[in-house]
Amino acid sequence: MGAKMGLRTRNLLMDMTTYTLLSIGAVMMVLPFLWMVSTSFKVPADQYTKTLIPDPITLDNFRQLWGQLPFPRLLLNSFKISVLSVVGQMLTCSMAAFCFAVVRFRGRNVLFTLLLVTLMIPSQVTLIPNFIIFKWLGLVGTQAPLWLPAFWGGAFGTFLLRQYFLTIPRDLADAARVDGASLLEIFWYIYLPLARPALAALAIFTFQWAWNDLLHPLVYLPTDLDQTTLTVGLAFFQQQLVQGGRFTVLMSGALISILPLITVFFIAQKQFVEGIALTGVKR
Amino acid sequence: MEYSGLKPLGRERFWLTMLLVPTLVGLVFGAVGSVLATIVISLTDWDLLTPPQWVGLANYVKLFTDERFLTSLSNTVRFSAMYVPGTIIASLLVAMLMNRRIRGVSIFRTMYFLPVVTSAVAAALVWQMIYGRDTGLLNFIIEKLGGEPVCWFCTANALYSVIIVNIWGAIGEGMIVFLAGLQAIPKDYYEAATMDGASDGQQFWRITLPLVTPSIFFQTLISTINAFQAYDYIYMLTRRGQGDSSVPVVVFSIYRNAFHFHRMGEASAQAIELAVIVVLLMVFYFWLERRFVFYE
Repeated sequence: MGAKMGLRTRNLLMDMTTYTLLSIGAVMMVLPFLWMVSTSFKVPADQYTKTLIPDPITLDNFRQLWGQLPFPRLLLNSFKISVLSVVGQMLTCSMAAFCFAVVRFRGRNVLFTLLLVTLMIPSQVTLIPNFIIFKWLGLVGTQAPLWLPAFWGGAFGTFLLRQYFLTIPRDLADAARVDGASLLEIFWYIYLPLARPALAALAIFTFQWAWNDLLHPLVYLPTDLDQTTLTVGLAFFQQQLVQGGRFTVLMSGALISILPLITVFFIAQKQFVEGIALTGVKR
Repeated sequence: MEYSGLKPLGRERFWLTMLLVPTLVGLVFGAVGSVLATIVISLTDWDLLTPPQWVGLANYVKLFTDERFLTSLSNTVRFSAMYVPGTIIASLLVAMLMNRRIRGVSIFRTMYFLPVVTSAVAAALVWQMIYGRDTGLLNFIIEKLGGEPVCWFCTANALYSVIIVNIWGAIGEGMIVFLAGLQAIPKDYYEAATMDGASDGQQFWRITLPLVTPSIFFQTLISTINAFQAYDYIYMLTRRGQGDSSVPVVVFSIYRNAFHFHRMGEASAQAIELAVIVVLLMVFYFWLERRFVFYE
C-alpha cells in the first residue's frame, strides 16, 4: 500500500467499499420483510422451506385471516383509535404550540420548560395512576383510555409544532394584528395553513405510535378481541397459531398490519425524515 | 433571546386560556400528578379492591432483597449497556457511509428506515421465524456456512438475541439524526484539512467526531430513555405465561406486579426506582455534555 494511489483510483475504491458495506447492511435490514412477504404467500406445508419465491403461491392465508379470525374487526379498531389520536394531538398540540410560539403571557417560559421536562418521564411512571383513574371512571375495558390521552396535548407534538411556528415570519402576524385580526384568527388563518408540513409530520408520528402501540392496549384491552387493537390481536394469534404450526397465516397478518404505515411512509417519506431531523426526537 | 410575542387583548385572555387548557390538564393529571400519585401509591400496599394500607418505605426495602426484581434490574442495565452504544455506533457508521456523495442514497435510506415504521409486534413475528432453532433462517445460513446451529433463545443467548432485534429496529432513526448532524458540518473544513495533508483517520477524529458530538449526546439521551422502557420486542420474543419472560426487564416486573397480581404499591416503587435511575443517568449525561460536547 506504500505507493501513492491516484486520487481517482482511491475515490473509486472508497465508493466501492461504501456500496459494499451499505449493501450488506441493507440486506440485513430488509431480509426480515422479504421473509415476511414470502412466507405469507406459501402453503402451510412449506412454511419452513428456505426459498424466497413461494412455490406454489397461495392467497389462502389471507382468506383465513378474513374468514376464521376477527381480523377486519381488529383493523377497524386500530384505525379508529389511531385516527382519533391523530385528531386529538393535532388539535391540542397546535393550540398550545401557538400560545408558546406567538402569544406573550405570564409564566410562558416556566410552563414550556415544565412541558419539556415531562418528555423525560418514563411512561411506566404514568401508567399506574392513569390505569387507576380510568378504572374509577369505569373506562377500563373500553377503547377510551387508548385515544383520550391524545386530547390532552403532549410535550413532543407541542415542541415540534412550536419549533415550526417560530420559523414563520412574525411580520405576518403583526400585519394581521394591525388590520384587527384576533389571536384565534391569526392561529386559524395564518399559522395552521403555513405549518402544514409540521402538522403532517405530527399526524404521521401520532398515527404510528397509536397503530404500533402494544403496552397500552395490553393493559386496557388484553383479551377482548372485539375491542382491542391489531397489535394485541397479533400477539394473541402468535400463541394460537405458532402452537398449531401456522406461521404462514401469522405472516400474512403481520404483512397486512404493516401495510398502512409502509404506504404512508412511501408517500410521505419527506415528512418522516424532516420531522425526525426537526426535533431529533421520536417519542 | 428576547422574544416578545402578541399580547392578548380583552376577551382574548379567555381564549388564550382555552387554547392552553388541554395541555394544562395533561400536565397536571397526565404528568406531574401521575408522578406524585405513583410516589404516594409506592408507599402503600394496595390491591385496588381493599383500601390502601400505608406501609412507608417497606416496598422500597423489599426491592433490595427481591430476587426477581434484582434479576430484572440487572437485565435492564445489561440491555441498556449494550443497546445504547450498539445503536449509536451502528447508526453513526451508516450515516457516515451515506454522507459520502454516492448514487442511490435515497434507496438505501428507505431500506434502513423501514424497521422504524414497522410495529415491533409484526417485526418480532418474523424474527421469531428467523431465530427458530431447528427451522429458522439464521441457523439455516449458519449451517450452510459450516457452523453449528445456535439456540438463540436459550438462557445464555436470549438477552443478546433481543438486543440485536432492538438495535435493528432503531438504526434507521439514529441514522436520520446523525445524517442531519453530518450535513451541517461545513464542507470547507474537510477541504482545508485535505489541503494540509490530513489523513481520513485524522479528519474523522479531529473534525467529524467533535462536530457530531451534539447529535451523539442527543441520541444517547433518547436511546437511554428508550432502552429503559424497552418492552415490545421482549414481550413478543421471550414471554411466558403469567406475564413472565425469559428475559424479564424492569418494565416486565412492573407490568406483572401491577396488572397480573394487582400489587400496585410494589409496582409503583419499581417504576419510581426505574425513573430515578433514568434521571441520575440524565444528570450524568448533562455533566458529560459540559465537558465533551462541542458546540460551534
